[in-house]
Amino acid sequence: MNAAVVENAAFWPLTLIVFLPAVVAAFLSLPLVPKAREEVVRWITLGTTAVVFLLSLWLAVPQLFGPVGPGQFVLGNPDMQGVVKLPWIEAFGIEYLLGVDGISLPLVVLTTFLSMLAAAASWPISKHVKAYHVLFLLLESGMLGVFVSLDFFLFYVFWEVMLLPMYFLIGIWGGPRREYAAIKFFLYTLLGSVLMLIAILMLYFTSDVGLLSDEQLIATHVVSPATAVDEIAAIRAADGAVHTFNLMALAAIGQLPNSPFAATTVWLDTSLETWAFLLLLIGFVIKVPVVPVHTWLPDAHVEAPTPISMILAGILLKLGGYGILRICYPICPGAGLSLAWLVCGVGVVSMVYGAFAALAQTDFKRMVAYSSVSHMGYVMLGLGVWSAVDGQEYRWDFWAQGVNGAMFQMLAHGISSAGMFFMVGVLYDRVHHRNLQEFGGIFGKMPVYSGLAIAVFFAGLGLPGLCGFIGEVLVTLSSWNYSRVLAVISAFTVILTAAYILWAIQRVYLGAEYRGPHEEALTPITPRELSIATPLVFLAIVFGVAPQTLFQYVTPTVNQQVETLADWTRDVHDGTRKLLVAAEHAPADSLRPAARLHDLAEREGAR
Amino acid sequence: MNIGTLLSELFTDTVGVSLPRFRPELTLVATIVLLLLCRMLPLLRRLDSGLLAFGGVCFASWYAYADFLGLGGLPGDAVVASAGGRQEIFGGLVVFDSLTAFLRLILTGFLVLYVLLTKLSGIPDREDGADFYALVLGSSLGMCLMASANHLLMVFLAVEMASVPSYALAGMLKGRPASSEAALKYAVYGAGAAGVMLYGISLIAGVLGTLQLPAIPGELARVLSAGGTGGSAMVLCLGGLMLTVGLAFKLSAVPFHFWCPDVFEGAAAEVGAFLSVASKAAAVALLVRVAFGFGVPAGGAESAVAATVTALVDVRHFIVYVIGLLAAITCTFGNLAAYGQTNMKRLLAYSTIAHAGYLMMAVAAAVAMAAAAPAGARDAITAVAFYLATYLFMNLGAFGIVALLRNRLRSEEIAAYGGLIQTSPGIVVAMAVVLVSLIGLPPLSGFVAKFLVFSSLVDAITAGCERPLMLLLLVVGGLNTVVSLFYYLRVLKVMTFDPLPEDRVAEPFPLVSISGAMVTGLVVPVVVFGIFWSGLYAAAQLAGAIAS
Repeated sequence: MNAAVVENAAFWPLTLIVFLPAVVAAFLSLPLVPKAREEVVRWITLGTTAVVFLLSLWLAVPQLFGPVGPGQFVLGNPDMQGVVKLPWIEAFGIEYLLGVDGISLPLVVLTTFLSMLAAAASWPISKHVKAYHVLFLLLESGMLGVFVSLDFFLFYVFWEVMLLPMYFLIGIWGGPRREYAAIKFFLYTLLGSVLMLIAILMLYFTSDVGLLSDEQLIATHVVSPATAVDEIAAIRAADGAVHTFNLMALAAIGQLPNSPFAATTVWLDTSLETWAFLLLLIGFVIKVPVVPVHTWLPDAHVEAPTPISMILAGILLKLGGYGILRICYPICPGAGLSLAWLVCGVGVVSMVYGAFAALAQTDFKRMVAYSSVSHMGYVMLGLGVWSAVDGQEYRWDFWAQGVNGAMFQMLAHGISSAGMFFMVGVLYDRVHHRNLQEFGGIFGKMPVYSGLAIAVFFAGLGLPGLCGFIGEVLVTLSSWNYSRVLAVISAFTVILTAAYILWAIQRVYLGAEYRGPHEEALTPITPRELSIATPLVFLAIVFGVAPQTLFQYVTPTVNQQVETLADWTRDVHDGTRKLLVAAEHAPADSLRPAARLHDLAEREGAR
Repeated sequence: MNIGTLLSELFTDTVGVSLPRFRPELTLVATIVLLLLCRMLPLLRRLDSGLLAFGGVCFASWYAYADFLGLGGLPGDAVVASAGGRQEIFGGLVVFDSLTAFLRLILTGFLVLYVLLTKLSGIPDREDGADFYALVLGSSLGMCLMASANHLLMVFLAVEMASVPSYALAGMLKGRPASSEAALKYAVYGAGAAGVMLYGISLIAGVLGTLQLPAIPGELARVLSAGGTGGSAMVLCLGGLMLTVGLAFKLSAVPFHFWCPDVFEGAAAEVGAFLSVASKAAAVALLVRVAFGFGVPAGGAESAVAATVTALVDVRHFIVYVIGLLAAITCTFGNLAAYGQTNMKRLLAYSTIAHAGYLMMAVAAAVAMAAAAPAGARDAITAVAFYLATYLFMNLGAFGIVALLRNRLRSEEIAAYGGLIQTSPGIVVAMAVVLVSLIGLPPLSGFVAKFLVFSSLVDAITAGCERPLMLLLLVVGGLNTVVSLFYYLRVLKVMTFDPLPEDRVAEPFPLVSISGAMVTGLVVPVVVFGIFWSGLYAAAQLAGAIAS
């Protein structure tokens, strides 16, 4: 049973990371904590987010805490690590299946980090303090759950759990048009997730883990190493298809040469794979968001209170990109290949549209919101650049560069956009307006704040040496191989970005003196605000100067996924290997001696 | 065969076979008689009729529970494999199988909670108690029969038995004109629907020569394979549609739903809860019985003669389209109409209509897969059973909260709930759980129910059964979920975002009270069955075994 212990070694760390905020939220909602003691509620929340952040650090950077133990993340291993696998609903094969790899782990740490900062930024919230913090912690649980769950059903549950807290957080604590913004956010996202649910069900009912080889069944955690022999025998003996919600298994099935997703036609002579890809893509790009489904974002960001804007821009938008990378491409590679133009196209359109829209804004926060649309366009372009097959040539390094760039851009944008929203919030808390035309001369009044703010805005601009630069440059370079037109457009967008950010800096921070309302309120930055802004600026510089700190996590997993998919593309284009693979997957699998299975299981268990 | 042996056979069948399978219903009958007797005798009149009714329904639900356990427990057992332990009783008028047992468990379990709720909410008062509970139990008796009907005559009798007491219940608030109006509307509409249904049944009887549901597929195949001479196919279609009218009335399916919002608004919230949960559950079960009775040969498709199977393909196609299109229209209309409502009970009435639509979608999927993919049909019936079980808690919770709030706010208008979060946060959280579950968001049980319904539709699509219609239903169901978000959230919005109305007597509703405990007791299952639904699903699978 040693293998089982190793398999669930990360049970407590991962479970605590996901559920500790929810448990504390439940505790806070009890009448034990008196309503009037607002400070206590704030400190409990901040403490919880800090503990969760430390837990995620324990997972991600074990060196800080002593020798690497079981369940902690091993750098350089591209596979899923710390897998937790427990049965949940056996009738549907739904499992409590968690795990992290180089794609999800940085996002988990980003989430815990930004949640901690946002909890600190929530101090000025004075209305219904307890309810606010309960919802805030529930939101954190939902977000973390999405990043670590590897079961599609569980993923969907967490995906939806985020919606309601966010609705109330915008709707109760938001700005003047909060009700409109909250319901708009909810409707857009729910539409996307209903489409996603349909896609999930279609994939589930077409999937059959019986198509996978024994090695794949163990590698995708469909079977536990400890009981692999019996479980595989049961799968082989089943008289019908054995459906699964396991994301890794679905990906392995989707990449089979005889993938049932590609072989099944649903409607209009189009394969199930294409429909599922489209439905999932719509669900995810609403979250990203891309033009034309982005309209919820400016409203939600502008109306949300500052900490919630930080969470929205810093984390929620990343869920869309994460979903595309983790789910859309691996599970539906065929559709991804044929629809790469769509993903790249909407990416470039939102890039340009977002930049122009940001240029036109007079509301400071709205401008920052549109800058998110523009920046997330780079993520879409980087993810979509399917340049594995360039004519007759076979090369996947450009594509890997694009996806790595997109991942970096997501993380960098998480830092810079959360920072920008926070900086806007600091000003708004003082002067209670955000009109760009009425600012000016802030540098004179608040020099420390202005210095930090300008650094953060430069990071958003993509100045070399700051975090925004790396992602944009990698994405633009990689897109050259896919489409020169798109590459040129995305390179030129940088000029637009520079224009709106420099113009905003000029109008807000520079200038002779501040002539807007509440001049007397422009007090220097407080220590609390400073302690939130400094880590963000620090990370923006670190990631800009030493991008390797992030790439060492991201690259192994991304390269492995891209290489696998690129191999798959080559097989599609060059049918020779296809036949070989098909022969390998012939029923010979079921005749394989059980002893060999034992070896396999033990090797997997030992890892 | 002389009269003597006939009587003795009847006696053995009734006493030896049928009555032991009829214990929950018998308990209900005994309770009704006791209730009425107590009202007549001066000494016993001082006895609280609510307590008496509570004792009766507890016994009934105990028997229902024992019957359900007696089925053989978990799926996969030998008993269940034989089509849900099917056993015809009372000379084939009524059938006892796992669906009967499950539905009786739901209905009697509902009654236990319901009697408790009415005791707490104060309607009926002491004066009306005996009448009220006698009517409720009488109607429930009819509903139990609806769930177990095996003969078209029984279908009609059960529907009437369930309906007639409900007409009186709708008029229970004697002082209110709206209540009397609701009762009259309900009665007139119900009488019309019953008449049409009876006519339809008689047409079917005339052509087929039998009303016994298990015998109908064979007769249908005989008539249809003979080429439908003398327009008999036409008459059958007409009869089937007329029968559908009666069922659609009980289901409050569009366009036979007009009574529903008016009755719910006019009658007390407690009556609304009864009609929306119990009546709906029984009607859906009856729909399953009739649809399977007509379209699927009893004992599974394999055992039937080949000719029967081919002839029934068209019948099933017809049934699936009738139910599926009704479901799509009902769901869409219910959700769109709910959007404009200002009265909470009226809003819940339209929500009930919309949910009937979702339930009918799963029934359509079950019939579509009945022959080609029996496992899928079984899962679809399981989805229906699961939906009904969770629906009990969601809707009883919603109506219960409305009733308890009415006692404090003296209003059932949505606007009156403004700023309720400030005075009674507990009840708002409870209402939020119930409404969000009705939208169908995880991790609440409403999501699981909807997930199961959608998965049965997708199952039908991937199995290639009635693919265009199932795709349509899937899209309609998905879009409707989004639309329904609007109006459920609006209630929450009023409760949380809006300020307290100025004229409101701020009387807090603490969750730490008997009523609060009742609400908590209804809301906790909504959450628990949303996260740990394996057990309930296994029970529902038992009910679904009738389709295999």
